[in-house]
Amino acid sequence: MSEPMLSFENVHTFYGKIEALKGVSLTVNRGEIVTLIGANGAGKTTLLMTLCGSPRAASGTIRFEGEDITQRETHLIMQGGIAVSPEGRRVFPGLSVLENLQMGGFFSDAERIEEDLERVFTLFPRLRERSAQRAGTMSGGEQQMLAIGRALMSRPRLLLLDEPSLGLAPLIIAQIFQIVQEIRDEGVTVFLVEQNAHRALALADRGYVIENGRIVMSDTGSALLANADIRKAYLGG
Amino acid sequence: MNDLLPVLAQQVINGLSLGSIYALIAIGYTMVYGIIGMINFAHGEIYMIGAYVGVVTITALGAASGAMPLALVLSGALIIAVVVTAAYGWTVERVAYRPLRGSPRLVPLISAIGMSIFLQNYVQLGQGARDISVPPLLPGNLFEIDVEGFPVSLSLTRALIIFATLALMIALTLYISRSRMGRACRACSQDMGMANLLGIDTNRVISFTFVVGAILAAVGGVLIGLSIGKINPFIGFVAGIKAFTAAVLGGIGSIPGAMLGGVLLGLTETFASAFLPTEYKDVVAFGLLVLILLFRPTGLLGTPDVEKV
Ligand SMILES: Nc1ncnc2c1ncn2[C@@H]1O[C@H](COP(=O)(O)OP(=O)(O)OP(=O)(O)O)[C@@H](O)[C@H]1O
Ligand SMILES: [Mg+2]
Repeated sequence: MSEPMLSFENVHTFYGKIEALKGVSLTVNRGEIVTLIGANGAGKTTLLMTLCGSPRAASGTIRFEGEDITQRETHLIMQGGIAVSPEGRRVFPGLSVLENLQMGGFFSDAERIEEDLERVFTLFPRLRERSAQRAGTMSGGEQQMLAIGRALMSRPRLLLLDEPSLGLAPLIIAQIFQIVQEIRDEGVTVFLVEQNAHRALALADRGYVIENGRIVMSDTGSALLANADIRKAYLGG
Repeated sequence: MNDLLPVLAQQVINGLSLGSIYALIAIGYTMVYGIIGMINFAHGEIYMIGAYVGVVTITALGAASGAMPLALVLSGALIIAVVVTAAYGWTVERVAYRPLRGSPRLVPLISAIGMSIFLQNYVQLGQGARDISVPPLLPGNLFEIDVEGFPVSLSLTRALIIFATLALMIALTLYISRSRMGRACRACSQDMGMANLLGIDTNRVISFTFVVGAILAAVGGVLIGLSIGKINPFIGFVAGIKAFTAAVLGGIGSIPGAMLGGVLLGLTETFASAFLPTEYKDVVAFGLLVLILLFRPTGLLGTPDVEKV
């Protein structure tokens, strides 16, 4: 592996005067599942969204597939092989499930949309059953599946997931993590933000720990899972 | 009271044609609000510009060749008015709104009012402040029938207004519900940031709503010129307020709501002026608005926050 697929180099992000990222550096290699764990307010969402260009990094460099995307407009970043299932899922509540998925594949022609719908419906059979339903009336778990499915519709090479397990029943969480694994096995690189550190670290090849806007630790998923400090802080002892 | 039926029938026809104009303008207010959550205060002036471009084109085409077929003059005027007015609508967004995106809501509101004053004066400078008359392109009636000894008529101009509006409403509804761009409009009205995260250039979607609003307002402007026979640079003000009222009445942000609100307001006004002294027609119209908002604060077809376009 010569060059990482994604890299942050000393990235700072502000909300007004509040510095939410205080010089973050990290890398994600092609084909990996990398997870970012941290407490509430540590800066996980900010890190993902800075990658998408909103908010914009105040300084530092973000590179994706060798190109500097730090100042690129959000819509251009997202047209370039990155897709996100954001915090809170943000499905379009008044659009049907099918229309939400079509929005995910906005730049594909009809034929490619058909192929990608088939792929998403195979991963999430529930979405096929519900394709005519308004997304706002779906359950939390279904909306999460829809948010991931919508992100896959653009055939991303890098998939960003912000707390996909939040507020879901254990059975659904297990299902979603299973599917994240399948997505990676199809060749998509995954960057996963989680508070459910146990599952995330068990799944991930590597993990980063963020605290108060700084990366404080990084290692393989299994090493972090075995780490005493991590167990105490994030895994309940 | 055996003249009641013909009077009612005539007022329904008049109300529908007035309401159609309101609906055409109201859609511009409602679509822009649905997308950026702001009232485009220059929209009444966009409509006025549409009317002027229409008149100027009709006059020019009519003078160029007296023998030019009527349909050609009319469609030429509509097409040119639509294209030119769309460019104005697009420019209003670029000049008065886009540079101010992200600033406090009061700021673009003031720049839009400034834009409206500017456009009014700009047309006054070019065309004069007085009424200019519109050549009567479509004299005569589509039909005139006798109801219990009283005539009820539908003039050709009114018929054109009603049918053109109906056709545009159907086309717009289909476009918004079926097309890719229509879907993007609805998505943006629900969560613009998310649409952006899907790679959509949301600035283009915003421009699109200004352009669509301007196109419909231009058609309304050309048709009202033909119907009333004269226009002046101030027609955008009152029509704008009425159409805005119609949009709120129907539920601001909702396209079917703007259509319904426009027609309802037009009917209310014509009925009020038929049965009450004319000065009461605005009182009744705004009274209706207050009444409906009391019972349905989101307007007739508005839903709180979800699916605004
Ligand atoms: N839009 C905003 N305006 C101002 N401050 C913000 C904004 N968004 C986040 N912050 C602040 O930035 C810091 C990092 O927030 P962020 O949402 O990135 O945390 P997080 O790790 O994703 O937390 P959680 O696990 O609760 O989702 C917090 O202190 C938060 O209060
Ligand atoms: Mg978060």
